[in-house]
Amino acid sequence: MSKPSNLLSWIDERIPLTNTWNKHVGQYYAPKNFNFWYYFGSLALLVLVLQIVTGIFLTMNYKADGDLAFKSVEYIMRDVNWGWLIRYMHSTGASMFFVVVYLHMMRAIMYGSYKKPRELLWIFGMLIYLVLMAEAFMGYLLPWGQMSFWGAQVIISLFGAIPFVGDAITLWLRGDYVVADSTLNRFFALHVIAMPLVLIGLVFVHIIALHEVGSNNPDGIDIKEKKDANGKPLDGIPFHPYYTVKDLVGVTVFFIVFFAIVFFAPEMGGYFLEHANYIPADPLKTPEHIAPVWYFTPFYAILRAVPSQFGGVIAMFAAIAVLFFLPWIDRGPVRSVRYRSNAYKLILTLFVIAFIVLGYYGMQPVTPAGTVISRLCALMYFGFFVALWFISGDEKTKPLPERVNY
Amino acid sequence: MKMISTILTSSLVGASLFLSVAGSAIAAGGGGADLEHFTPVRTDKSLQRGAKVFVNYCMGCHTADYHRYSHFARDAGLSDTAVVENLIFTTDADGEASKIGSLMSNNMTAEYGKQAFGAVPPNLALTARSRGVDWLYTYMKSFYLDESRPLGANNKVYPQVGMPHALADLQGWQVPVYEDDGDGGEKFVRFQQVTAGSLSADEYDDTITDLVSFLDYLGDPNREARHSLGIKVMLFLFIFLIIAVLLKKEYWKDVPHNA
Repeated sequence: MSKPSNLLSWIDERIPLTNTWNKHVGQYYAPKNFNFWYYFGSLALLVLVLQIVTGIFLTMNYKADGDLAFKSVEYIMRDVNWGWLIRYMHSTGASMFFVVVYLHMMRAIMYGSYKKPRELLWIFGMLIYLVLMAEAFMGYLLPWGQMSFWGAQVIISLFGAIPFVGDAITLWLRGDYVVADSTLNRFFALHVIAMPLVLIGLVFVHIIALHEVGSNNPDGIDIKEKKDANGKPLDGIPFHPYYTVKDLVGVTVFFIVFFAIVFFAPEMGGYFLEHANYIPADPLKTPEHIAPVWYFTPFYAILRAVPSQFGGVIAMFAAIAVLFFLPWIDRGPVRSVRYRSNAYKLILTLFVIAFIVLGYYGMQPVTPAGTVISRLCALMYFGFFVALWFISGDEKTKPLPERVNY
Repeated sequence: MKMISTILTSSLVGASLFLSVAGSAIAAGGGGADLEHFTPVRTDKSLQRGAKVFVNYCMGCHTADYHRYSHFARDAGLSDTAVVENLIFTTDADGEASKIGSLMSNNMTAEYGKQAFGAVPPNLALTARSRGVDWLYTYMKSFYLDESRPLGANNKVYPQVGMPHALADLQGWQVPVYEDDGDGGEKFVRFQQVTAGSLSADEYDDTITDLVSFLDYLGDPNREARHSLGIKVMLFLFIFLIIAVLLKKEYWKDVPHNA
C-alpha cells in the first residue's frame, strides 16, 4: 500500500483512472501535423476555467441588486484585495473567450472538421457557442452600467417583434415591464449557475465526441487508415506529452496577449469595457448610441440591415442557425481547404470578409452608407451557404496526399 | 527604470491592441467645441493639489462615493491625519465629520440637487472613464457668461448644462467670440476674458490640470500598481515562453517528419 503503483492499482480496481487517462490523454493519438489553428481548442478550455475561477471570486463581493450592483463592482475594483485584477481578468476573459472561439470555429470551417464523422462534434460546438452568447449577454448586465442596461433593453425588446406572443415573451424574460431589479436577479442566477452548468456539460460531451472520432487535421485526411504493427496511426502521436508541451507554448503566448490587455489596456479602447458602462444604469436616460459588445456586432449588423424589425430578428437568428446545418450544406468529399477548388476558397474568403465588415458596422451608428454595406455583407454571409451547396455538389478538388504533411 | 518601464508598457500595449486598430471615441455628449488633448499628471503633489480643489469646489454638490479618503491618503503619500485635518469637510448622516475610512460622499439629497440645478449633480468618481480626461479638461475651461441661463453660466462643451461655473472666482468670466464662417452662419473661435479672477490664465490651467488629474486618479486609482505588476508578469511570461519552446522542441525531436 505504501508504493504509488500499489495505490494506483488499488484505485484502478475501483474506478477506471488509468484507463480514462490513457483513453483521453496518454494514449489519445492526435495527428502530428497540427498547426497554429489547433491551439484554440485547448485555449477555449483554459479561458472557461479562468472565467469560472475569477467568477467565483467576483460573486463573493458582487451584489445582485439594482441599487447596489454598480457600487459593488466599484467596491471590488477599489476595496477588495486584488479585486481589480480578478475583475479585469473576468471582463477580458469574456472577450478573449469569443476571440478564441471564433478562431476555433474558423479552423473547423477551413479544414472541414464538421464533416462526417464529426457532425455531432460540430453541433455540440455550436450549442456551446449559443450558450456562450447567452452567458456573455447575461453577464454583461451585471455591472448595471448604462450599456448593460440599454443593451439588455434593446436585445430583449427584439423578441417583442415576434407576432402575437412577442410582448408576453419580453415580459416573461424581464420579469418586469422594463429591464429592472428582477431582470438583474434572474440574469445573475442564470449567469453564475445555470449557463455555466450547461456549458460544462456541453464541453464534456464535445470532448467525448472528439475523442470518439479522433481529431481532424489541416490536411483533412483520416490518420486511422494508415496504422503500424501495433495498430497505432502512423501519423498520430500521443496527446501527452507531445501536445501538452506544445499547448503549453500556446498557453504562454495567449497569456502574454491576455495579461497585456488586463494590465495595460483593460478597456481595450472601449471595445471590451464600453465607456458608457462607467455611468450607472438610468432607465430615464437613453445613451446616444447603443451598441452591443463587439462579439455580437456581426449579428446585430445583420439585424439592422433588414428593413423590417421582425425580418431582422429572423435574419439574425437564421445567421446563427444556418451554421448548425453546415455539415449537410457542404456536400464536398474533401475536408481541407488545401485540396478544395478555387471557387470554394473564394467564397470562404468573402464569407470571412463579410463577417468582419458586419462586425465593424454593427458597432457604428446607423448611416445610409453603412446600411448599404451591411446589406451587401449580409447577402455575402448567407450567400456563402447557398454557394457552398452548389459548389460542393460537383467540386473539382485536388488529389489528397497519402500521408499528412509534416 | 521609469523610462524602461514606459517603453516596455507602450510596446506591450501596442502589441496587444491588434483588435482596436480603429480606436474609439468616447461619447462626448454633444457640444460644439473641439476637445483639447490632456495628459494626466500622476504625482503626489499634483494629486494633493487636485484633491484640494475637488473637496473645496466640487464636493459641495458632487460626490465620489465609490472611493475612500483613506485610499486616497495612501495613494497620494499623505498621512491619515493630514487628510482628516485638511481635506475632509463633509459630514456623515449624524452630522459628525466624515471618518478617514469613509467614502467620499456628501449630504446633498437627490431631491435638492434636482430642484437647485434641474438634474442631480453626478458622482464624479468615474467621469474620467465615461467622458474621458480630454472632455473634462476642455469642459472646465469652457464655461462662459450667459445671462439667459438660470445660474448665469453656459458651457461650450456641454451646452445648456445645469451646472454653474463653480470656479468663476478663480478663472473670472469669459465670453465666446464668434466669426463669420463664410457660410452665412458664425462659428466659435475663442474666449475673451471680461472680468479677472484670482488666478492668471496660466495658473487656472495649472489648477484644472491638477483637478482633472485627480479625477483621472479617482477613475482609475490602481493604474500604477497595475502597470508595475504587469511588467513583472510580462517578464516572467517571456522567460517562461523560452523555457516552454525549448521543452516543446526537446520532446518533438522524436516525431519523425514524412518524406
